[in-house]
Amino acid sequence: MVIFPLRMHGVTAHFRKKRLVGPIDITIETEGFTIVMGPNGAGKTTLLRLMHGLQRCSGGGVEWAVPQAKAREKQAYVFQSPIMMRRKVIDSIAYPLRLRGLGVSAARAKAQECAGRFGLENLLDSWAPMLSGGEKQKLSLARALVIKPDILFLDEPCANLDGRSTREIEEILLDAQASGTRIIMSTHDIGQARRLAQDVIFMYDGKIHEQTTAEIFFTAPATKEAQAFINGDIVE
Amino acid sequence: MRRLLGTLLATLLIASASSAETLRMAVTTSFYNSGLSEILLPEIKSDLGFDIQLIVVGTGQALRLGEAGDVDAILVHSRAAEDQFISAGYGTHRREIMYNDFVFIGPSGDPAGIRQASSAADALRAIANATAPFISRGDDSGTHIKEQNLWSQSGATVEGDWYRAAGAGMGTTLNVASGMNAYVFSDRASWLNFGNKGTLELLYAGDPSLFNQYAYIPVNPARWPHVQGDMALTLEGWLASEKAAALINGYTINGEHLFTFNATQP
Amino acid sequence: MNSMHQGFWDAWELIITFDRDLYEIVFLSLKVTVSAVILASLIALPLGAFLAVFRFKFRRYVIAVLNALMGLPPVVVGLFVYMLLSRAGPLGGFGLLFSPSAMIIAQVIIIVPLIASISHQAIRDLWSEYHDLLISMNATRFQRAKALLWDGKRALLTAILAGFGRAIGEVGAIMIVGGNIEHATRVLTTAIALETGKGNFAFAMGLGLVLITLAILINLLIHIVGKTERASTW
Ligand SMILES: Nc1ncnc2c1ncn2[C@@H]1O[C@H](COP(=O)(O)OP(=O)(O)OP(=O)(O)O)[C@@H](O)[C@H]1O
Ligand SMILES: [Mg+2]
Repeated sequence: MVIFPLRMHGVTAHFRKKRLVGPIDITIETEGFTIVMGPNGAGKTTLLRLMHGLQRCSGGGVEWAVPQAKAREKQAYVFQSPIMMRRKVIDSIAYPLRLRGLGVSAARAKAQECAGRFGLENLLDSWAPMLSGGEKQKLSLARALVIKPDILFLDEPCANLDGRSTREIEEILLDAQASGTRIIMSTHDIGQARRLAQDVIFMYDGKIHEQTTAEIFFTAPATKEAQAFINGDIVE
Repeated sequence: MRRLLGTLLATLLIASASSAETLRMAVTTSFYNSGLSEILLPEIKSDLGFDIQLIVVGTGQALRLGEAGDVDAILVHSRAAEDQFISAGYGTHRREIMYNDFVFIGPSGDPAGIRQASSAADALRAIANATAPFISRGDDSGTHIKEQNLWSQSGATVEGDWYRAAGAGMGTTLNVASGMNAYVFSDRASWLNFGNKGTLELLYAGDPSLFNQYAYIPVNPARWPHVQGDMALTLEGWLASEKAAALINGYTINGEHLFTFNATQP
Repeated sequence: MNSMHQGFWDAWELIITFDRDLYEIVFLSLKVTVSAVILASLIALPLGAFLAVFRFKFRRYVIAVLNALMGLPPVVVGLFVYMLLSRAGPLGGFGLLFSPSAMIIAQVIIIVPLIASISHQAIRDLWSEYHDLLISMNATRFQRAKALLWDGKRALLTAILAGFGRAIGEVGAIMIVGGNIEHATRVLTTAIALETGKGNFAFAMGLGLVLITLAILINLLIHIVGKTERASTW
């Protein structure tokens, strides 16, 4: 089952009368590593949620090649603030597998292997809500990757991680991408964006200001807002 | 979990099966509180071979349980209501078994002076004239109905702060009277067995109009096929027997004789 | 004061002498209430989860009715169950009146709204926490309800214990439908009512002490069991 491409046309999202994002027109194809950038409140999270179908659009349409409910089986999402189930680490990672009908022991075995790749092997029996901020983010990543999704949405997944962990996670993400997972990730970290991005979506004031390859974006941004953002100047 | 559930549901449904060897009889609180049932029931069990389950309620509720076929027999003391019950076809007949008597209880100081009363009506008039606190059952029980009949015989006006209706059983009403140091109308048995007398005392008794006739009524098996008609008749025979007479007449509390057997042989 | 003193010693004497009647009453109290709590939980917990997770037209009204039913006087429930189970009533054919089954039914009716309401609130809070995650993982409605019931088990335990407390201390309904028959349907609360009516305050007080001790022991037991299950508390 191929869920790509994802087409968004004329998508807007409102809260009461206030426009949060849009109108947005974009197409996401099978391959790639896209980084979403933009200042706080620009609408990065809202864009990812709209794509994933967590947020209803007030205008336009979000369409996958198959119905959204089917498409979501192949998607995974890592939230900006990790959502921890009240379970042990191992059971949290096993949970999406259990939802897909895997037996307890098979799911746990896979979860354990996956946890190892994120350096969580010593925390398997810990209570997930008690983990440190960084550990929670790693758990979220493990929980998302354990199902080998076709597309992975990441909302600032390294915000709480130390430098070394960040590098390790980046390795894992590149591996995942190499083995066929489409990645869309928002970040504030321009260094990280330079390391990972194949192409970039730059958001500003709820709109997609620029959508281009990483090379062009970082060497010759088309708008002065993007220019200022890359230079680290405050964007008003 | 599933097995537990099965067991539970089974318990729910099977519990009814036990009624084969037991007879259910609704009795009034006053009878139960007398303690006489604790003497009679074991004897009945050994003589007749079945258990009797007593449902202890007020006269009104006892009659309703009989009407609905929820008990096999009733033992109550409220003549007019009993006659109505029979004539409506809920019971087959009524058999008088025994009587006890009602008494006037009040504070030992006796502010209304009913110790010297010449009759029950006279005692009530004295209480009304003195506007001394009086607690009534106020629950349409046999005792309450009896009390109201006596009031109307006395011709006194029952109105004012001194007259309070507890709306409760005999025990609770005695508790209230004890707490408020008030006069109260009670059956003798409940009074003797009452454990919280405080300063209350028995002040007046003995007027024949205070006698309290108990009657046994089998519930009509023609109306309710599941009613244990035969067992109810067997029990009636036993209650009217010489042996019952001896047990009933011989029953005392603190040396005081309580019930007088007066069943007649047909 | 005197009665309390006396009641304590009366209760103590009955307990240490293994008074048969007392143990019979205690056992029946537990049997009736534990059965009622289990049955009520099987109804109320899924109902609470259902109300938290499913959006349907009359949801608000169902919740409002449930909350109102929590305040239902047990006597009314007793009367209702009596009229159902009476030989003259619609379910009279089962002959359940004046049996422990009738008492269980009445208690189930009394505590289902309580357990459902408390668990609904707990599950609703957990649902707002889990909402995005479970939607993102494409969990079916049934899977969502299951996850919420399982992960919310501590809060649900509290709801169940609240139901237990209300059921074991209840007297009005079971007096009517059970009949307080000695050796058949007499439980702690109806025995207390009976002894109070007879003015035997000390003995009634003693039974009350047994009741409260029992309730505390059950609660402690549940909490100890609940804690050993998971070392780090939540
Ligand atoms: N549910 C909501 N209700 C009201 N306003 C919202 C809601 N979600 C987002 N917004 C608003 O929409 C705008 C975009 O928010 P969004 O979370 O998408 O920003 P962001 O780019 O992810 O910011 P950050 O970098 O801080 O995470 C913000 O102004 C925010 O306040
Ligand atoms: Mg964001």
